[in-house]
Parts: sequence; C-alpha cells; structure tokens
Amino acid sequence: MQVIRKIIRTASSFWGRHRLLAVFSVLSLLIVLFVLVPLFKIVFLSNKTALWQALQDTTVLKSILLTLFAALITTVVGFLLGVPLAFILARHNFPLKGVLEGLIDLPIVVPHTAAGIALLFVFGRNYLLGKWFNSIGIQFVDSLAGIIIGMLFVSVPFLINAAKDGFRKVDVRLENVARTLGASPWQAFRRVTFPLARRSILTGTLMMWARGISEFGAVIILTYFPMVTSILIYQRFESYGLTQAIPVAALLVIICAIIFIGFRLFLQREKKLD
Amino acid sequence: MIELKNVDVTVADFNLQQINLSVAKGMYVVILGPTGAGKTVLLESIAGLHTIRAGEVLLDGRDVTNIVPEERGVSIVYQDYTLFPHLTVRENIIFGLKVRHLPQPKIIEELKWICGIFEVEHLLNRLPATLSGGERQRVALARALITKPEILLLDEPLSALDTESREEMHAQLKDTHQKLNITTLHVTHDFEEAMSLADSIVVINQGKIAQVGKPSEIFYHPSSNFVAHFTMARNIFKGKIIGQVGQEKVFKTDGLEFFASSDKHTAQYAVIRAEMVQLTTEKPVAIANSFRGTVKSIVDKGANILVTMDCPPLFECLLPRQQFEKMPLNIGNQVYVSFQPSSVHLI
Repeated sequence: MQVIRKIIRTASSFWGRHRLLAVFSVLSLLIVLFVLVPLFKIVFLSNKTALWQALQDTTVLKSILLTLFAALITTVVGFLLGVPLAFILARHNFPLKGVLEGLIDLPIVVPHTAAGIALLFVFGRNYLLGKWFNSIGIQFVDSLAGIIIGMLFVSVPFLINAAKDGFRKVDVRLENVARTLGASPWQAFRRVTFPLARRSILTGTLMMWARGISEFGAVIILTYFPMVTSILIYQRFESYGLTQAIPVAALLVIICAIIFIGFRLFLQREKKLD
Repeated sequence: MIELKNVDVTVADFNLQQINLSVAKGMYVVILGPTGAGKTVLLESIAGLHTIRAGEVLLDGRDVTNIVPEERGVSIVYQDYTLFPHLTVRENIIFGLKVRHLPQPKIIEELKWICGIFEVEHLLNRLPATLSGGERQRVALARALITKPEILLLDEPLSALDTESREEMHAQLKDTHQKLNITTLHVTHDFEEAMSLADSIVVINQGKIAQVGKPSEIFYHPSSNFVAHFTMARNIFKGKIIGQVGQEKVFKTDGLEFFASSDKHTAQYAVIRAEMVQLTTEKPVAIANSFRGTVKSIVDKGANILVTMDCPPLFECLLPRQQFEKMPLNIGNQVYVSFQPSSVHLI
C-alpha cells in the first residue's frame, strides 16, 4: 500500500510540476510520428532488390543528379540575387516596403502549377523575356533553364526571408564601428555583417535547395523533359503504378535525408564553435 | 578640433536642431542629457553615420560634412563596446589597420604599442564573449585608438557597469586621455560622471543644446529650469524680483521672500542647490535668509541625508551624514532652514 501511495504521490507531483511539458510532449510526439512514419514506410516498403535496381537504372540516376544539380544552380542564382535584396530589406526603409515583403512570400502561397503558368507567360518563347533569352540561345521550355526558373520562383522566398532575419539580428552599430575604423561599406559587409548573418543565410540556402529538389508543380508546366525526380516518380506512378514509383521515391528520400541531416549536424557544430 | 555650425539632422522621427558646438583640440567634453535627448545621434553625426540636412561639420578646420565615416579619422566606442563577436581580441584590435591594408610588420608594431597602453596582450587570442566588462572596454578603446584617430567618441561608456568597475573604467578613461591627449566627446546622462571627467559640459535636451560651460558653471549657474533640474539642484522656485536692498535682490515666490546676490533685474526662477541649504535647531544670526519649518521626510542616501522641510514652500536639504548624526532630526520637528544670498542663482 505504502509503495503504491508513494508512486501515486510522485506521479501526481510530477504531473503538478510538469503539466505543460507533459501535454506538449504528447502533442509533439503526434506530429513527429505524422512526419516520420510515411517517410520510413516509403523507405522500408520498397524491397532491397527494387531499390538496388532503381540505383542501377540510368534514367533514375540521371534524373536524381539533374534534380540535385538544377536545385544547386537555382540556389546559387537565388543567393546572388536574393541576399542583396534581403540586406536592403533588413537595413533600409522605403515606401511600400511592407507590400514588397508580402509579395515576396506570394510564391509560397500560390498553387505551384499557377506559378508555372505565370512563368510561362513571361519566359515562354513568344513572350517578353522568353523572346530576348531565345535570341541569345536560352530556352525555358523543356530545358534545364526551365527547371531552374521553376525552382527559383517557388524557393527563393525561403532564402530571402532567412537572410533578412539574419541581417536584422546583426547590430547596426557593429557596422558603424567598422566604418569609423576605416572600412568601406563593402568591407563592413564582407568582414562584419555577412559573417555574423552567415548561419541564417546558410540555413536559408539549405531550405531553398531543399525546396528546389522537391518542386513539382511549377516545373512540370515548364519542363516535362528532361525529367526531374518528382516528375519521374509521378510519371512512373501514372504509367506503371505504385510498385514502380516507390523505389524511386525511396531513393530520393534517402539521398535527401543524408544530405540534410548532414548539413544540420554541420550547422550545429558551427554553433558550438561560436 | 571639432566645429559644428547650425547642424540639423533628422533620424527617423527625431530631429537635432541648430547645433552649434566648438571643441578645442585635446579637450575632454561631456555631452549631458536625458534619455532621448539626441546625444547618440549627435555623436553618430560627427562620425558621419547620418546624413546632415543642414549646416556643416569641421574637423581640424577640414569640412567633412559630406565625407564618409571611413575618411574622417573619428573613432566611436559604444556603451556595450560592440566588439565583433566572431573575431578574436587580436582581430578586433587590428581591424582598422587590416581594412586599410597596412603591411603586416606595421600592424604588429602598432598592436604592440596599443597593447602596452591598455594591457591586453594576454587577451589577444580570446573571443569577446569570454571577456569581463572591464576587459571589453580596454579592448574597445584599443581597437578605437590603434588607428590614431583625431577624435574619440564615447557613447555612455560607463553606463552598463556596476559601481566598482565604473570607478576603474573612469580612471582608465582619464588616464587614456592624459596619455594620448586625444580630443574626446563623451556622452552620458549621469551628471556626476560629467562633473568628474569633463573640461567642458554640453547639456542637450530634445535635440537642442541647452547650455555649454565648465562643470562649475553648469553646476552653480544653470541657464534654465531644465538644466537646474537635470543637475539635481532640487530647490527651484518660480517667482520674480520685487525689490532691492543694498546689493541684493529680493525674490518673491509662493509665500516666501528671500535675498539673492545677483545683478539680474528680472528673473523667473530662483535655484538653491540642496547641499547649500543648512539646517539648525537655533535661528542662525549671520545668515540673511533663514526660515522656520517642519521636517516632512528624511531619506537616507548613504553618504548624505536628504531632508525635506515644509516652510512652506518645500525645501530639500542634503546633509552630510556626520552632521546629520550630530543633530537628531525627526519627522515633525521644527527647525531652521537657512542659505546665503550668494547661494541663490536667479534665472
């Protein structure tokens, strides 16, 4: 009896002290399971032979490499154009800035197929920029360039927002001090502001690359061939059914998991060094 | 030498208006004012960090109004020292030399020189986050002065410190100024800090200069009600001059008339510093102004005791502890408040 009473007392006092933590833990567990179970399922559903076969299927490999590569180029372009914008948004005020910040988030909000169609109307062969790029030999339909602009459109807001938050967290007075010590605005940016915002920017870059890899809607409108992995999975599913789609999907999940978990660990190590 | 001529600066919705200021070479000038008075904006404007809307800024006679900060030869040290958190102490200190692309041997030589002044050699490989408040300040000063600026700007350099380190830093600043004889502008809201460091004080309020003068002038001859309040004069009475007896003016305030030594003919305020007011149990014979009153409150301030007397009006007297202890005072006691006419300053 004594023992039971003690257990009840301990439990109830634990409940009394850690009620919030207990409730939040249960809720957290639900969402973690919701995310992890399907991912694990897709990896473990596909038997090893099918996975091995997918690994040897040049169509699959080419498609995965193409996806990673296109997303990488997209991220580089996004970095070169998005980081300067993020800096301006973080440091300067101008009319309609709030509106601009809202508009930048728009690609995240709109259906990505709609985004693809919108891009087609600008970069299509018969339109505005499409015509101009066509004259210098770049086409955005059924080409790597098409994949890149599709990915760029829907993924660049992630980098812009992350970099903007990163720049905002850097005390302006650090830049001021750098300037009075003789640094030009460029030097202050390169030696002070950028290094201090680097972790946010890296995280944003990673998010952008990830979003690029997973993009389907915008890319399929612009470029069905060459086929990025998300489209390949869809095509296999449509033509041959689940059994053919699963190994490809599993392979992409595994590759992405390795890359992103690795990157997170790298960022964490960096944080410790800070 | 710093000269500001009719300078107007607007930052967000804050305005500095018609700032005229002249600081001679090698002087230590304190800019004193309440929070939000525009002290930091003023410093940053001298450093070139804000666009000047009107007027001009001259440094050693050179017009720098439209010169970028990196070409002004002005260093700024902020309240929390703003060391670059991602750089070691060494990299922090030599930052100004590196961005100017000085040759490595020269950098090493200058680093050695500045380390000798601020005793920071043992800290060179540490990151700022691991330093104490005092160490941070020494590193910040070393970083600011290694470039040999003509002007040093200090933005509330002592505000973030506990009492003990404050005294240490205080001595450090004085010492640095003596060693390098650099023109220094020091911003603070602390009156005592200003008194003890400044060759000259600039009082600033709501974006405008309220008074410029030696510490004793600001202390004993405030030019306005605001300056008197801000320097903790405590006894400020509104009223007017109603007559003259011999050399002395008679000033009338609510319910009370007293003598003031002043050559003014009109005045709106009479200021009597709390420490110039005496309390006695007997009516003093040799003091022209003395009034009977009741002790209303007694506040222990440590070294001094603040006694509020109701005459009326209310008088505040700051008694040294020793004197207070010799003279048992209790709330409700009737005692005499007295002060010399020469202690009365008319505005």
